[in-house]
Amino acid sequence: MTDDTHGEIVLRVNDVTHRLLVDNRTTLLDALREGIGHTGSKKGCDRGQCGACTVLCDGRRVVSCLTLAVAAEGAEITTIEGLAGDGELRPIQREFVRLDGFQCGYCTSGQLCSAVGMLAEHAAGWPSAVTADVSPDAPAPELDAAEVRERMSGNLCRCGAYPSIVRAVLSAAREEVAG
Amino acid sequence: MNAVNSIGVARPRIEGQAKVTGRARYAADKPMRDLAFGSVVVSTVARGRIRDIDVAAVKGMPGVLGVIDYRNAPRLNPEAGHFFGPDGGLQLLQDDVIPFAGRAVALVVAETLEQAKAAADTLPVTYDQEPHDTGFTADHPNARPAAPLFDGPEDIGDLEAELAASAVVVDERYHTPEEHCSAMEPHSATAWWEGERLQAIDSNQGPFFIATVLATLFSLGFEQVRVRTEHVGGGFGSKGMCGPQLVLATMGATLFRRPVRVTLTRDQVFLMTAMRPATEQPIRLGADADGRLRAIQHEPAFELSPLAEYIEGCTEPTKTLYAAPAIRTRNTAVPLDILPPYSMRGPGAAPGSFALESAMDELAERLGLDPLELRLRNEPAVGPVSGLPFSSRNLVACLRTGAERFGWATRDHRPRTRREGHLLVGTGMAATSFSVGAFPSVASITAEVDGTFTVIIAATDLGTGARTALTAIAADALAIDTERVRLRISDSELGPAWSAGGSRGTTSWAWAITEAAAQLRDQPRDPSRRVTVTVDTTQLLNDLPSMERHAYSAVFTEVTVDPATGEVRVRRLLGMFAVGQVVNPLTARSQVIGGMIGGLSMALHEEGVRDQVSGRHVNADFAGYHIAAHADVPDIEADFVPDYEPGIPFGIKGAGEIGNVGTAAAIANAVWHATGKRQRRLPIRLDRVVE
Ligand code: FES
Ligand code: FES
Repeated sequence: MTDDTHGEIVLRVNDVTHRLLVDNRTTLLDALREGIGHTGSKKGCDRGQCGACTVLCDGRRVVSCLTLAVAAEGAEITTIEGLAGDGELRPIQREFVRLDGFQCGYCTSGQLCSAVGMLAEHAAGWPSAVTADVSPDAPAPELDAAEVRERMSGNLCRCGAYPSIVRAVLSAAREEVAG
Repeated sequence: MNAVNSIGVARPRIEGQAKVTGRARYAADKPMRDLAFGSVVVSTVARGRIRDIDVAAVKGMPGVLGVIDYRNAPRLNPEAGHFFGPDGGLQLLQDDVIPFAGRAVALVVAETLEQAKAAADTLPVTYDQEPHDTGFTADHPNARPAAPLFDGPEDIGDLEAELAASAVVVDERYHTPEEHCSAMEPHSATAWWEGERLQAIDSNQGPFFIATVLATLFSLGFEQVRVRTEHVGGGFGSKGMCGPQLVLATMGATLFRRPVRVTLTRDQVFLMTAMRPATEQPIRLGADADGRLRAIQHEPAFELSPLAEYIEGCTEPTKTLYAAPAIRTRNTAVPLDILPPYSMRGPGAAPGSFALESAMDELAERLGLDPLELRLRNEPAVGPVSGLPFSSRNLVACLRTGAERFGWATRDHRPRTRREGHLLVGTGMAATSFSVGAFPSVASITAEVDGTFTVIIAATDLGTGARTALTAIAADALAIDTERVRLRISDSELGPAWSAGGSRGTTSWAWAITEAAAQLRDQPRDPSRRVTVTVDTTQLLNDLPSMERHAYSAVFTEVTVDPATGEVRVRRLLGMFAVGQVVNPLTARSQVIGGMIGGLSMALHEEGVRDQVSGRHVNADFAGYHIAAHADVPDIEADFVPDYEPGIPFGIKGAGEIGNVGTAAAIANAVWHATGKRQRRLPIRLDRVVE
């Protein structure tokens, strides 16, 4: 029943094609959770202020609560459910478990997706607000705790798992980028 | 059998894999057939009556199943309440009275989230407004003594005489604002009926307790209600009660006879769920020239709502931390037209210790004494007010070890002596306590024929690591490996159990599990048969001798202050904790560090701002109400001194709240050390620091 208020869209999520009918107002977050049943992405605020809903669209992190589902057509979307390859945890997930990078776990899928996107941004040479040298020909800044904290600050964690999240990200960084 | 100890071993969380792969299901995650969505409409005025709710305006909107308001809502039992008696906060949609801005006035139920939200946004509600009062101050004309349910008034010694005889007196007033628990998971409940039985999946801190409240509220038998709560996205106090999401979802399921899910929006979490009340705390301390305390007077006021009794027990640490011949405490409550406050992480002690430990720092300054030494000189031999012995008191160990690791000895105690470029640098410390104990719980353990043991208790894991800790405790109590323990928690059907709260969850549950294990081991065993032992700890707890039982910590911090911008940054934060035997050092460290970050956030960021003209909370979102983010938080050191709580199985104490307590005072004291200016009002905002 495609009409003025609904439309059929095709979403590519974790390498699987989903055809679904959505209310035009549906956010990507709600389409993932309610439409596809991928409830790993969380709704912490529904207005772009907490990062719990972070997913990757074509490898870049987006807050899926501020992305309309209809606007995500054509993108390769990766959610927490798709981060691990065939049953194995990927390095960042493994380090989160080992170093206790979460407590309640509600912000965790957002932190993980954000970290994967952030490591790619860093590897591509993007500077951050704490990067000392932002001139165009500057070498990529070294990824230290201050860089990770700055770049991950869109992902709130009320349990206060920040120090171990930073450790987990730094510990997994090399493997993640290489792998 | 195996004698390898599991307690004391650092282990990753049992549910770790589920949480990093998105498989862990929280209250709003469970797929359900025929699910309808409820969207809450809240009052925009702070006091008055509903003139009209124009239901007809939304009835025809796509997908709308109906609207529930005070005219058609199921009647609720006014006797239902929580720990402090009947709770008017539960009485949603019962009449046209508006007691505070943010009170639910209607629930719109529709086929989809979008449709429910659109109709809720459209629903016209008009009010007859009445004058409100949301202006909190300790000398408010309606101020009255707080209910003496706990942290009651005390008065030992001759306060005025001791103050008069003191060489130095500190007489100051400290303020803390409304603060919000802000768990990352918004409160969500899904309710449905299975025949005569009400089923609910809810985000809360104790499914058993919540189920009893829900049953009373809807006048149902307890056996007619089942509440489950598998994974909870943090609570910090705000999920300790039967929340508005559950009351409203139950109403929806009852009226529309299908499963209804109500998830609060983030602003509704701020507007409708428990907050820490604002406090104003006058303190007087008197001491001899050598730093020995003569008098401690701490008489805080806090705000509450006439809807529900509550006590922000700010003076709990005041009665136990330091020896003094005269101690006077008294809590004052100020009823206002506000959201009913309730416990938030470190209730009472967090704001109370900010005042007490700031005042101690001011006393040290005026005495010209090392603030660490001032604490050590006032170490009591018995409970200063109660006269009871301490069960275990390792505050001195926390202070000394912390000071040594931090490098406190080389501190120049004069303020404003350290500069790095344009930054001022300072250090500060605080000591704290938080009471510990246990509440009755029921556990059962079944020895299975395959050699495993099924441990059942209606505990919850809000992220505290309870699942992992209780598994280790059960394993040690049964003298087996953790692999042979199967733990079932998070379901009201599993029997009476204390909630995750008051730093008493793990202790209460561990006690019941330990006792059940002991009884099971005492039984003659035929391995070919299942045997179940069930234990209720009510009587055991009654036999626990009355003592001063507390967890302790010492917090040290170093801050930088930019006098040009007023920005305070915490550069180092170190906490030493005495929290009994540590069950799992990995998760316990996470828990206390998380608490310290909560304290950092309290010190520097958090402030619920109420517009006095409208009576409304104006920063009810994460853009306006900032909680500490990655960039605010340095690497944090936390460690434990050897400690063991006598009389409690495995010597454990709760560690949920103590981390939150003390940090705010330590940071405020460090800001004074950096700048020379006292910060007696939280949060330490830029405008309060900028020069
Ligand atoms: S839910 Fe999307 S940023 Fe909070
Ligand atoms: S782990 Fe609970 S909010 Fe981050």
